[in-house]
Amino acid sequence: MDVELFIPCYVDQLAPQVGLASATLLERLGCRVRFDPRQTCCGQPFVTTGARDEAARLARRHLRVFEGADAIVCPSASCVATVRHRYADLIGEADARGLAARTFELGEFIIRVLNRSDVGARFPHRVALLESCHGLRELELGWPSERVSRAPRPGVTESLLRAVDGLELCEIERRDECCGFGGAFSVEYPEISARIGGAKLAALSASGAEFVTGTDASCLLHLDGLRRRAGTGPRVLHLAEILASREAT
Amino acid sequence: MSAALDRRAAELLPAGERLTAHDAAVFALRVKRDAAARTEPDFERLREQARAIKAHALDHLDVYLERFEARAQAAGARVHFAADAADLQRITLELLAAKSARRVVKSKSMLTEECRLNPHLERHGIEVVDTDLGERIVQLGGEPPSHIIMPAIHRTRADIGALFEREMGSAPGDTDPGRLTAAARRDLRARFLAADAAITGANFAVAESGTLVIVTNEGNADLGMALAPLHIACLGIEKVIPGVADLAVFLRLLARSATGQPISAYTSLVTGPRAGAELHVILVDNGRTRLLANQRHRSALACIRCGACLNTCPVYRRAGGHAYGWAVPGPIGAVLAPALTAGDELRSLPFASTLCGSCSAVCPVKIDLHDQLVAWRGSDSPRAPSARRAARWAARVLERPALYRLAGRVTRALWPLLERRFAANPANAWLAARELPEHPGASFRARFRRRARPEDTP
Repeated sequence: MDVELFIPCYVDQLAPQVGLASATLLERLGCRVRFDPRQTCCGQPFVTTGARDEAARLARRHLRVFEGADAIVCPSASCVATVRHRYADLIGEADARGLAARTFELGEFIIRVLNRSDVGARFPHRVALLESCHGLRELELGWPSERVSRAPRPGVTESLLRAVDGLELCEIERRDECCGFGGAFSVEYPEISARIGGAKLAALSASGAEFVTGTDASCLLHLDGLRRRAGTGPRVLHLAEILASREAT
Repeated sequence: MSAALDRRAAELLPAGERLTAHDAAVFALRVKRDAAARTEPDFERLREQARAIKAHALDHLDVYLERFEARAQAAGARVHFAADAADLQRITLELLAAKSARRVVKSKSMLTEECRLNPHLERHGIEVVDTDLGERIVQLGGEPPSHIIMPAIHRTRADIGALFEREMGSAPGDTDPGRLTAAARRDLRARFLAADAAITGANFAVAESGTLVIVTNEGNADLGMALAPLHIACLGIEKVIPGVADLAVFLRLLARSATGQPISAYTSLVTGPRAGAELHVILVDNGRTRLLANQRHRSALACIRCGACLNTCPVYRRAGGHAYGWAVPGPIGAVLAPALTAGDELRSLPFASTLCGSCSAVCPVKIDLHDQLVAWRGSDSPRAPSARRAARWAARVLERPALYRLAGRVTRALWPLLERRFAANPANAWLAARELPEHPGASFRARFRRRARPEDTP
């Protein structure tokens, strides 16, 4: 299967290892992986800071770049959520719907399109999952704790992690409370952002996890910044890095 | 420069025990809400029904308002319309003056907070006593409520003990909730008996029967209405629902969403005045018809003021209600404030959110709260010119891959220098509590180009 990688600008620049792990993983699962270097940013930071015109220009640009691609796979839930939930407002319903149907978050693509949950990874460590809010609630990659259901389904991200050889998933208190990043929020509201993040870091530390993983490198960069300042807490690894891991015991 | 709300949070709800206690007390409501919602077999369907009823009622608000007015008048109530806060203040004062009423007992109403009714009445020599315990606490403390259903949730037991000792002569150092409540009850009982008028809010106004529905846990609204010869109910025009049967949906959702109770302790249906007393209903617009005309944002009028979005909001819990600077804090406050208030002061509130979306997921009437926040951010908000310029420049770079690559390379080359510069700036918002990311090395695109293709490797 041909896969066009959609690597968000901040992953490209600040977390390149996440993009590389995604490519490695998808190739291992039999995909032919391409990366179009014309891509830059989906426009999410402009949507959330109210810069609508700029967001619309970048969204139209994103649409052009990925015009011919059948499957667009991205290791960032919030960027996929931007395409799926914010683009209609920016580039019109019809174009947005077409693009959204071809755009997938990495884990979602593996489970829902490739129909795999065991990707042959081995990672013998205690890991806590940080559900990114956009992945959880806008892409429905998991079951939000506030949603009432008689039969909640296990989430996509969780299923992938549970299938990793040797990996022990740690329960954390208030498992799906936001980490406090929120893009520009993290610098416009630094005190509140750090309060929320500090509580998350404490919950993660209390869980006994050695690593924390998630579907958004941005949330993880924020948490890692807090962790290194605090000098304690589980190290961060993006989901792609764990799924690409073949660590020996 | 950090946002005003962030600075106010640091000042009004300082980090430490007070913050931890606030977060825990508010989150406990969210946990109770989850448990209570699960006792209702089809809670998600109820939410959808509630949304649909409210959407219908708002679409035909003119019809239902007129019907409510006619039926309520037929039942013996007098119905008044107030265009704005000043109108509400004036009408209320006139009604009180006509009866020479000087002493008023009041039950909880966020609308009267929004319209600043208490200070206005007090300026005109009326004694206003808030009778909801939480409201009474903040009234005695000389501060506004910090939560729409738990007005004093930012206060600790020790705060309240000290306040009651000063204001009601409770025993020094007594922080026992039972005894403090008893002290408040004794104090309030006398005031109920002496009141010339009772002012209440209303949770719903039923058009079909001209009935007001007033929900409390303390029975304080009921005691007020039952004793005083004059009852003035103040409510927003959006509170009108079509029929009594709709309550079967809303009452099951309201208390569960608010406090995790299956139903509130007191749910009173008031149709017309009691014998020998007067009932006046003041329906207040105060910006609501303007919001109703705004297709993108009108659904915010469906709010039934349960507070669930506050309780689940990570920002509200870490900021406290007072930091918002408006009567209604939290996600619903942030979407109502830009619509219902004049001026630019509160236009930044929609930015005070991580957009985690939990508010939208708990809202019993399914208001798309976090989408509304995004939409407000993108509407003609008075963004700082510097921010607008920065966005324009950033977009210019991102529209040109070559320029984007260059910007990335330059940043990487200067990384150590930037690190030092940032670290030397005590006002750097990222660094206040966090380290910068470690030097990432070459970009993904550079490494992807260079790396060995899998088919090349043995």
